[in-house]
Amino acid sequence: MKRAVFKNRALPYLLVLPQLAVTLVFFFWPAFESLRLSFFRTSPFGFEKLLASPEYYQSIVNSFVFAFGVTALGVGLGLLVAALATQKVRGLAAYRTAVLWPYGIAPPIAGIIFLFIFHPSYGVLPYWLGFVSAYEFNWLLKGWVAMALVIIATAWTHVGYNIAFFLAGLLAIPTSVLEAASVDGAGGIRRFRSIVLPLLSPITFYLVVVNLIFSFFGSFGVIHAVTQGGPGNATEIMVFKVYKDGFIGLNLGSSAAQSVLLMLVVIVLTAIQFRFVEKKVTYS
Amino acid sequence: MSPDGTLAAPARVEALPRVIEAPRPTPFDWGAVAVHALLLACVAVIAFPLYYAFVISTQTIEEVIARPPILRPSDHMFQNYVEAWTRAHMARLLWNSAVVAVVSAVGKIAISMLSAFAVVYFDFRGKAVAFWMIFVTLMLPVEVRIMSTYEVIGNLGWLNSYAGLTVPLMASATATFLFRQFYLTVPNELVEAAQLDGVGPLRFLWSFLLPLSWANIAALFVVLFIYGWNQYLWPLMITNTEAMRVVVIGLQDLIPRTGTHIPEWNVMMAAAMMALLPPVAVILFMQRWFVKGLIESEK
Repeated sequence: MKRAVFKNRALPYLLVLPQLAVTLVFFFWPAFESLRLSFFRTSPFGFEKLLASPEYYQSIVNSFVFAFGVTALGVGLGLLVAALATQKVRGLAAYRTAVLWPYGIAPPIAGIIFLFIFHPSYGVLPYWLGFVSAYEFNWLLKGWVAMALVIIATAWTHVGYNIAFFLAGLLAIPTSVLEAASVDGAGGIRRFRSIVLPLLSPITFYLVVVNLIFSFFGSFGVIHAVTQGGPGNATEIMVFKVYKDGFIGLNLGSSAAQSVLLMLVVIVLTAIQFRFVEKKVTYS
Repeated sequence: MSPDGTLAAPARVEALPRVIEAPRPTPFDWGAVAVHALLLACVAVIAFPLYYAFVISTQTIEEVIARPPILRPSDHMFQNYVEAWTRAHMARLLWNSAVVAVVSAVGKIAISMLSAFAVVYFDFRGKAVAFWMIFVTLMLPVEVRIMSTYEVIGNLGWLNSYAGLTVPLMASATATFLFRQFYLTVPNELVEAAQLDGVGPLRFLWSFLLPLSWANIAALFVVLFIYGWNQYLWPLMITNTEAMRVVVIGLQDLIPRTGTHIPEWNVMMAAAMMALLPPVAVILFMQRWFVKGLIESEK
């Protein structure tokens, strides 16, 4: 469709100028600077040295464990609520309100709350777990407990977001389809598996990608505020290592090389996300 | 129009409801009760951490460290909140966070509206390039270019300033796309009629598009306010003075680290409650806009 346009030579440039200026100064300049640094400031083999270091591999593994943990927990719980809501219960909007608000809590603050819940001496969780197991759930000593702490805190802030999307998707499924399935004798579980789940799969896929992007790149705060990458480097994820090596260790070349690799990850994930958006636009 | 046909049709309509009702003969739906119970259990699990944080923020230190843990509110709330307020310089922290959240949200909406307007309502040389440059910012979150962005801010002399805290947050492809999508749904006839009446582009933006955009602006504002309020890495890097701290970062000074500090978790939680209240309240009171904003900024 051809849109009616205004005729003006200079005005459109003036209108896009503010956004382009901010973009150029704060996106393109730093991005090219990162590229330049990573290639020239260190030895030409900066990337090779980075990829040879076991700490870097550890941070990659940590990032994946963290990102998939947050995604599995957040999207899984969202899907569970969606499955329950399939039963056409009343008051869905009230439930949505009741689960949506954690999205407003910054992950570092959520992390601080869970820091106390997990507190080895005063926290309620180690106390309860003490009844079922003699294992010492001390995040200061056990790396995986620290990882569980940051994963749960991060997933908690995002679960409402996931649920909101699933509920929006559920409301878009025509009631007649579900009624037709009941008429044909499909029970609740069958209805969910054969109708709701396939219809929700684009949303599920979208949420998986968004949760992955968020936990890969948006999770610096919870790590910095709560564990500082510790104990040891058990919760040192890639974005935290970029900051630690560059800002605290002042190893600018390595930090820049890590930035470039992170950019590659985010570009791949964003490309996947856009493929999905394109697909949805085509088919709906 | 045979008499058979007119007779047969109502008969079939009457038969239909019986088929639908047949699978549910029970007067009381135990399934729905079970579903509500499970949903309430989910809500309880999700609400527990906040409830617990609130409970701790009302207790004395003795109650906080008591075993078994006390899970009901106590009467020390006022003292804890006053203590947290003064010790963390809460007024200043909350003010800084509010400035960052409001200014970055308003600025982002303003520059996105303008650039989306240019892209939709004008043909100009380099439009594709401009669009691509805005688009590609989606791929470069601040986390991946920390060091060099810090240097840029340093070169501009924007460290420890509101400009440094807010302006870099204003470039957003998401908001631009949202407005672009919305402008594309505005009927062409409106522009044509306006042009016939001799309305210029800026007048059209101000008097026609802006009034139509309020719902989108409100939705975006809620989402962006929360995004700005909860910024962490950016303010951490470019501010290092007490006076310029935002609340999410300032809270850390209160965390009682194990072993070396008095376990004043009650004061810590009181401060946390104050820091999380504004964005949570915004979600609860502007929920309709918030959900709209979330779902639509996905596109």
